[in-house]
Amino acid sequence: MRFDSALGLESRRGPLATTGKVIVYGFMVIVFTGPLVGLLMSAFSKTLDPTSFSLWPDEFTLENFVQAKDKNVYLYLLNSFIVVGFGLLLQMLVSVFAAYSLARKKFRGMTFVMLLMLATMMLPEEIIAIPLSLVLADMPVFHTNLIGTYAGMILPVGAWGFSILVMTEFMKEVPVELEEAARIDGAGELRIFATIIVPLCRPALGVIGVFGFTMIWDQYLLPLIVAPESDMWTLPIALRSLRSDEEVGIGVLLAASLLALLPSIIAFLAFQRQFMRGLTSGAVKG
Amino acid sequence: MTSTLTRAGARTATPHRRTKSVRWRGSLIAWLFLAPALVLFLYFKFIPMGLGLWKSFHEVHYISDTWVGADNYKTILTDDAFGAAIWHSIVLALGTTVGSIVLGLGFALLIEGPARYLWFVRTAAFLPVVTTMAAVAEVWRIMFHPADSGMLNTIIGWVGVDPQPWLASENSSLWSIMLMSIWRGTPYDMMIFLAGLVGVDRTLYEAAAVDGASTWHRLRHITLPALRPVFWILFTLAAIRGLRVFVEVYVLTNGGPNGSSEVLMTLIYKLGFQSNELGVASAGGIVLFLATLALTVVVQLLRRRQAA
Repeated sequence: MRFDSALGLESRRGPLATTGKVIVYGFMVIVFTGPLVGLLMSAFSKTLDPTSFSLWPDEFTLENFVQAKDKNVYLYLLNSFIVVGFGLLLQMLVSVFAAYSLARKKFRGMTFVMLLMLATMMLPEEIIAIPLSLVLADMPVFHTNLIGTYAGMILPVGAWGFSILVMTEFMKEVPVELEEAARIDGAGELRIFATIIVPLCRPALGVIGVFGFTMIWDQYLLPLIVAPESDMWTLPIALRSLRSDEEVGIGVLLAASLLALLPSIIAFLAFQRQFMRGLTSGAVKG
Repeated sequence: MTSTLTRAGARTATPHRRTKSVRWRGSLIAWLFLAPALVLFLYFKFIPMGLGLWKSFHEVHYISDTWVGADNYKTILTDDAFGAAIWHSIVLALGTTVGSIVLGLGFALLIEGPARYLWFVRTAAFLPVVTTMAAVAEVWRIMFHPADSGMLNTIIGWVGVDPQPWLASENSSLWSIMLMSIWRGTPYDMMIFLAGLVGVDRTLYEAAAVDGASTWHRLRHITLPALRPVFWILFTLAAIRGLRVFVEVYVLTNGGPNGSSEVLMTLIYKLGFQSNELGVASAGGIVLFLATLALTVVVQLLRRRQAA
């Protein structure tokens, strides 16, 4: 007998065990993907009535996606991509720079900085939503108003404790010898950073990239605060307004929901390994 | 646990014969690399936090704020709506946490193993976690349609259960939201449990088999004790995340019907952005923060005691 798992289900063969497994696993797949498959099917169906949402398509049509254009869905989608594009770029840059310092340098106050980073992770962003809106409306020192701008949705997601910590752990593993050898050859700080450390951390860039993407794409409260006018809405917060429309029923809502879901699902499927790696490391750190 | 990241490698060794100016330059560079992160954190985390604390003691007007002491907090702690919202938040957080952990553990045990098809099941089951909350909530809102022909009502009809009003009734709105949250939380917990299961010592299973222990005994005395750290991780995460739930409720019911599913964050949002009661709303944020903090500390204390 082999003991690959706690229950040892895998080593059980025979018709009864197989049937049992098919039922259990089939049930799991249906429960967890059912609503998503239903969305996929219904978005391409002529679904006017909210109760006709189902796992089976009837009458394949692109109608919902065509009508979505009149409802500005593609504008919202574009806004989402602008925010996630620049937001992720900023977030990754900031994380890589901060991690370099935390992982490869020794300086006074480092413990304090680490504590600050952890504090930001313990502090759910929802809690500061109200005062954050006041800060965004009148930035201290600069006295600019970021409400109704892309910057207002991008800058607040620029620094993320999780990304910085994951990156820091990776960078610690780069052997010191490499860095010292380069230093002896006369390489400067930026050169070492850009040509030695960062390229060696490419797997970690995948991890913080895919996590950052889903994190920014899933932002809700922030765009809700920053974008009072509909022309700045991102797709997730626009969904509510697409809900009840007498003419088109729920078709446009379904098409828009599908468009809102697909990017993060694609990102997950494409970067699965990095995702799982980040998941366990993130959980360990809280 | 199993993370490859936590195996910390060698820390940066300090090169010998450093002069004072080199060291000074070294820390300057370190701070420069940190600066973008620190500035962003300052502006979008720490200043808002401080400002929230300040506003929570004031009545906020356009031009100036008036100091009102602890009045905002008194309003919150005596207000019935706030009391109900706090209660709903706790019920929702607790129910979601326990439900996700129990189901997550169950499913993790069922799909543990190296087989290829199990990998497929895992990937499929994990999809809810990575999906956009707002979009998923819209889908569930449609599935929760209270008509007899609504999707969930059709499904429960197959097993002979009467149609439910789901989100439309004061009695079931909160439970319906919880159902969706568990659906989305379970696969996450399942993955963390699976990662923990990899670390269980296989030789113990064999030793137990030699001693003739049953599957249940093996589970009870080997697997579950080995998973104890995982339970604590999940509880800690749930403590931080649980009380702040917003998007699910905002999209599904917006607190209704008749306040039956109002949670702290939806109430704070309404106060802040719809009634413009920024002082009270800020105080609400601080209360939520303190509650989260207290919960985290309690979980950590329990963990210590367990470990000792």
